[in-house]
Amino acid sequence: MNKILLIARREFLTRVQKKTFLLTTIGVPLLIATFYAALIYFQIKSTDHFSIAVLDQANVFSGKLENKKNEITFKFVQSDTTTLKKQLDNHTYEAYIYIPADFNITRGDSVELRSGKTLGMLTREDIERTIGKVLEEKRLLMLNVSKAQIDSIQHQKDPIKFTSATGQKETDSKVGISYLVGMIAGFLIYIILFVYGSMVMRGVMEEKVSRIAEVIVSSVKPFQLMMGKITGIGMVGLVQFLIWFVLVFGIQFALPLIFPELAANVQQQPMPSAGAQAANAVQSSGGLTHLMEGLQTINFPLIIGCFIFYFLGGYFLYSSLFAAVGSAVNEDPQDAQSLLFPIMMPIIFAIVIMTKAVNDPNSTLAIFGSLFPFTSPIVMMARIAHGIPEGVTVVQLIISMLLLIITFLGTTWLAAKIYRTGILLYGKKITWKEMIKWTFRKS
Amino acid sequence: MLDLHHLQKHYSGQKAVNDISFSVKKGSIFGLLGPNGAGKTTLLRMITGIFYPDQGEIIFDGKPFDPLQDVQQIGYMPEERGLYKKMKIGEQVMYLAQLKGLSKQEALQKIKYWFEKLEMESWWNKKVEDLSKGMSQKLQFVVTVLHEPKLIILDEPFSGLDPMNANLIKDEIYALAKKGSTIIFSTHRMEQVEEICDHIVLMNLGSKMLDGTVQDIKQQFKENKFHIRLSEPFQPPTSSLFEVVDHTDNALTLKLQEGTLSNDVLQYFISQSQTIESFHEILPTLNDIFIRLVEGTQATARAFQSANN
Repeated sequence: MNKILLIARREFLTRVQKKTFLLTTIGVPLLIATFYAALIYFQIKSTDHFSIAVLDQANVFSGKLENKKNEITFKFVQSDTTTLKKQLDNHTYEAYIYIPADFNITRGDSVELRSGKTLGMLTREDIERTIGKVLEEKRLLMLNVSKAQIDSIQHQKDPIKFTSATGQKETDSKVGISYLVGMIAGFLIYIILFVYGSMVMRGVMEEKVSRIAEVIVSSVKPFQLMMGKITGIGMVGLVQFLIWFVLVFGIQFALPLIFPELAANVQQQPMPSAGAQAANAVQSSGGLTHLMEGLQTINFPLIIGCFIFYFLGGYFLYSSLFAAVGSAVNEDPQDAQSLLFPIMMPIIFAIVIMTKAVNDPNSTLAIFGSLFPFTSPIVMMARIAHGIPEGVTVVQLIISMLLLIITFLGTTWLAAKIYRTGILLYGKKITWKEMIKWTFRKS
Repeated sequence: MLDLHHLQKHYSGQKAVNDISFSVKKGSIFGLLGPNGAGKTTLLRMITGIFYPDQGEIIFDGKPFDPLQDVQQIGYMPEERGLYKKMKIGEQVMYLAQLKGLSKQEALQKIKYWFEKLEMESWWNKKVEDLSKGMSQKLQFVVTVLHEPKLIILDEPFSGLDPMNANLIKDEIYALAKKGSTIIFSTHRMEQVEEICDHIVLMNLGSKMLDGTVQDIKQQFKENKFHIRLSEPFQPPTSSLFEVVDHTDNALTLKLQEGTLSNDVLQYFISQSQTIESFHEILPTLNDIFIRLVEGTQATARAFQSANN
């Protein structure tokens, strides 16, 4: 045991004392932050102005269409389609809408928009929404619904109240935040498994290639060497996450103080990426205050506790396998690729299940994925974000944890057997078949 | 100190080590010889507890070998040297010494002693990748003997060392043996074996072929050849006492017939009124014995380096 600690200490210190450690630890979150800042910046300062000429001969819009500030302008014109076509060519307008005099909205005629260039998804949605709203109102008015009635319908919010069995109110913002938290946690574990797993693999390869492995296994058991390495690198990961945790929270508090207008802008802009749905939910229910409310409904101690557990469980499970692969590979890193494939499959499979589970935490697939130990570290994070018992029951959580512990003991035992043979075997390309044979051989 | 009884180790049907038994006396320098692929490394790995034998038993210091406990008493320098290239030398030696069970204090004290002795003090903050091959060899030797093991196993300890450093290490090996450490030496450099080892075992294809002291083995394989040098040129004679194998102007190599004593030969030349300048027996070199024994088997004798280069 003492020797495992000695080895772990060396693995930890040699990595943490490197300059690259500090660089990646601070650099990566900075890079991500810069990336998002740039993304938000371009969203806000979007200069992509889109002007649309409207030739409304049927007077459907009564000369009135809501412009979208700085992005889309509708301009009513009195001309003919040939001039408009020309104007399209010399970029006076980016697009035009021609509504012929015999246009009848009750007949279900559709409005046609001709554009010189392909429209982006967001622009298209905006135009659709603006025009659709006017047309809908028109149609309703023709059915003798008064303007006041339409307004009152539109102002009625939350027609359905979602409530869980325990009577807790499930607001959109809570579901949205759960989605976001689950997604981020799942992805983090996914990245951890890959980054630190391959770090273990490279460490083992380095020891094998530099032939120090033989010197060390004449002092300690191969199992101790493997466990020491895995533990040491796991500690590096924990420390790195601790630093990131502190940094992210620090930045979150510092940013609004430094850029007050940025914080105000962020809540008005739809957020791109995976969080779009959540952000939309947050927006529709009213901005930052609801976001905060949503955050408060999330059981963070539970999530962080589970995150650390599944981080360690998943890491130990996979890193021992990565170590086994590292021990079987010789100088050529190409060899590692084919051996790694069976290990990467379940991880990728897990991320696929996770993206489903985050939407529907109680589907059969999600339950399977969160119990199956090779996918549970990732999938369970998606379910746990929805809380207990909405996302996952206590029984399922305990079963999942137990299965993970049992499996990680099993894979470590298995990997140790491959490792002790592989680490001293040089100049031979090893296949999975042979590695499996080693595990069944008595030492 | 070390007794091996009928050790066996198989790899997928192949016998890497097949029924090997021998014993090594305390304080002796023991040579384990054999061509590449003879099973030396496998045997050494069993003695160092890296591998478990399929069959047979190892008695270490009077008790059955317990890898967990006894590895502290063994220093092993494998043929393929290995050190962490990027790690500082001082830290590295400290780490390896602590893995052998030394406390920080002890380790520091011993490292200082050895570094001073081998003039390596200035290396502490350097990295292994900055060292030449010979220098890292020296370092590897220090790492092996640092914890004062009772049994030191050296696989090709002199490869890559210049004559000065080789002598330095050789002297250290003698000194360690004198202090009571037992040394097992694995090599195929025969001239070193003749010079250093008290006792040798020759392995080939996983089996033991020879076991004895260097002198005994030479006696066992001698061919009754003598070299005689005369003061004046001399025509090679024909005699029933001996057969002339080779000759120059005034020197002859003779193979004595069965039953002929060396004195008979001398008397023959004296009776021919020749002045004898020198007369001595030609014993086979270990290299000759080796090649003779190994060539008969499928193993390639090419694997051996000649003793003269």
